[in-house]
Amino acid sequence: MCLGIPGRVVALRDDAGLPMGTVDFGGVRREVCLAYVADEVTPGDYVVVHVGFAIARLNEADALRTLELLREMSRLDELGEVAAPP
Amino acid sequence: MSGPAPLATGLACPAPLPEGDRVRLGHGSGGRLSAALLRDHILPQFGNPALCRLGDGAVLETDAGRLVVSTDTFVVSPLEFPGGDIGLLAVHGTLNDLAMMGAEPRWLTAGFVLEEGLPFAVLDRILGSMAAAARAAGVTIVAGDTKVVERGKADGLFVNTTGLGTLRDDFQPDPARARPGDVVLVSGPIGRHGMAIMAARADLGLDTTITSDTAALPPLVEALRAAAGSAVHALRDPTRGGVASALNELARASGVGVALQETALPIPEPVAAACAVLGLDPLYVANEGILVAFVAPQAAERALAALRAHPLGIHAARIGRAVERHPGLVVLETGIGGTRVVDLLPGDQLPRIC
Amino acid sequence: MKYLSEYHDAAVARGLIERIRRTATRRWVLMEVCGGQTHTIVRQGLDQLLADAIEMIHGPGCPVCVTPLEQIDRAIALAGRPGITLASFGDMLRVPGSTRDLLGVRAAGGDVRVVYSPLDAVELARRHPDREVVFFAVGFETTAPANAMALWRALELGLENFSLLVSHVTVPPAVTAILESPDNRVQGFLAAGHVCAVMGWWEYEPLAARYRVPIVVTGFEPVDLLEGMLMAVRQLEEGRHEVENQYVRSVRRDGNAAAQALMRRLFVPVDRPWRGIGVIPGGGLALRAAFARYDAERRYGLADITATEPAACRAGDVLRGALKPPGCPAFGMVCTPEHPLGAPMVSSEGACAAYYQYGRTRPVGADTP
Repeated sequence: MCLGIPGRVVALRDDAGLPMGTVDFGGVRREVCLAYVADEVTPGDYVVVHVGFAIARLNEADALRTLELLREMSRLDELGEVAAPP
Repeated sequence: MSGPAPLATGLACPAPLPEGDRVRLGHGSGGRLSAALLRDHILPQFGNPALCRLGDGAVLETDAGRLVVSTDTFVVSPLEFPGGDIGLLAVHGTLNDLAMMGAEPRWLTAGFVLEEGLPFAVLDRILGSMAAAARAAGVTIVAGDTKVVERGKADGLFVNTTGLGTLRDDFQPDPARARPGDVVLVSGPIGRHGMAIMAARADLGLDTTITSDTAALPPLVEALRAAAGSAVHALRDPTRGGVASALNELARASGVGVALQETALPIPEPVAAACAVLGLDPLYVANEGILVAFVAPQAAERALAALRAHPLGIHAARIGRAVERHPGLVVLETGIGGTRVVDLLPGDQLPRIC
Repeated sequence: MKYLSEYHDAAVARGLIERIRRTATRRWVLMEVCGGQTHTIVRQGLDQLLADAIEMIHGPGCPVCVTPLEQIDRAIALAGRPGITLASFGDMLRVPGSTRDLLGVRAAGGDVRVVYSPLDAVELARRHPDREVVFFAVGFETTAPANAMALWRALELGLENFSLLVSHVTVPPAVTAILESPDNRVQGFLAAGHVCAVMGWWEYEPLAARYRVPIVVTGFEPVDLLEGMLMAVRQLEEGRHEVENQYVRSVRRDGNAAAQALMRRLFVPVDRPWRGIGVIPGGGLALRAAFARYDAERRYGLADITATEPAACRAGDVLRGALKPPGCPAFGMVCTPEHPLGAPMVSSEGACAAYYQYGRTRPVGADTP
């Protein structure tokens, strides 16, 4: 458990009181219920979607920081550095 | 228990599920249940050498030379979808089966089961597609039949096409002819047709730009033949069950193993995305406009170049090799360097939540 | 795909594999809790690539696999009744009940519909006021908020023809049960990333402290899993037993407050049998009494339907991590994906199906084309 895919919020709308949005997953779009992230999400944000619901807003700053750390680590390894764990 | 578990193919389960007395949807998936339907019901009744080779078509000896005949029935819903309709599938599908046997398609028949209430506007569009596709391919629809059934019995329209083609002596790809060392080529991007159909089903709510890749492949096969001739050992169009099922079938028929490279598979981003959202594997998604080819290694470069030079094959790629080890099994090497077996699924892939 | 493809980076993954191998001075036993994580590990062959440093025991994190047999039988019973439409996630359809599965019920004329989202089931109820729509509400804490919102929405819309057949399971009691088991060999856990996106990770802190095991909240892509494994191995090498978060982009310590609030409003923790394992105290969720009218079990009087497991199925041992699928006498013989004895062979996340699909041979490398 469980299939949660990151997608970009493209549009917001209100479906008779239920916050909904259009989320773009790499070119594929679906209507997603944003009720659980409504307070923190605006178009352009990324959310993690499970069974048509956004369960979390994706923290892009954290994502990019860890990716950079990991890439740096693998570059160091390639150079033969046995660096201490960060 | 040491060593890998034995393969279960061919073993009968002593505790079958009681519901085994009815046809299930999975029997039409192209996976293991489809194979079981053939093996347990159809072949025992119809069995003959031509049929039992399980090729895309059958070669018939006549005083006028050799003919290839192939038949296919089309039941897709919705009838019209992004990139085509059931009529295009019906013509292309049978033309392609003939081409996979190395034959030049000449004639088609078309049999229809129409559902009471089907609008003529829809029927006319489908017939128009079929007529245009046949003309473009230089084949004639020479015979056919039409029946009508009550509302609710036919999903709009079912169509069967049977095709006849002529065979050359110098070009006879066959599912059993693949050899260790053969290069495995795919002629284009995978997963488009199945995902276009999925997206067209309103109940999944997916909005995509994916279109079916339905296409008539005989001209592409001719380009391949002209470049590599008898070095083309086996061909298959990976329709239901996807590239994975087609490669499994060829691996079993030829008794070779197949080693695939995951990073070499041409998967368009929208297909990958739609599959990710639904939890599906693109390797098992149906295609209607590509082929896989097993080509002798010395001819592989020119075969690939010939595919890429043709409009239908511009994204052709080398995706693997036939190998001696693990005969009958398809094994994929991931980008990270791990391996996994790509097996036939029991039935259709189902969207998952996990 | 953004924030997905980057976590398949081969160079980063190989780097992490190297680091794990260099960090481990002995072989450690780790368990990944979630079926989606099992799926990635076996699909990518991560367990074979790390075999010298880590033994992965696949945990019971497949809600499809652990849905109790009697709930499947109840869903099947409902689907067969005239006037009832049973809506379900796709992966539940092939799970064997005592005598058949939901696909078999459909073949026999039952109204069974696959939905992607629980809200689609509510839409079915809205569009077909003449049908009683029952949604088979399975899943971990990740799915419970969605299922809860579906019922909440149905109530807001005034629908009287919608109900839930609830079979939710929760992770911390299951982890506790594993740690309490006398033959437990698991030394560290990779907690389920999306369960924690909803619930946070604060529930695991007492477990890490009491049982002295590292617990790393981990994502689902290969780089996530490898980073999670590295963090767990480092803790074990350094003698630490803390809760750490690998899945920082999606998980915060407190989780999603709104989701937890609606879950608390609609559901109450109950003892629930996990298929093949037995009753896990507090290991399930059920609808509160206030919502009895929308609880399919009570609404349709299903309490009489009970079930016993087939003797040959060792799902329990597999799900507890005590047995590897190839070690089960039925594996690949009487129990295959076409004729599954138990749920771990049916669900593509189930340990048995994963082994059958991906792991039956382990050739050493593959030719480059």
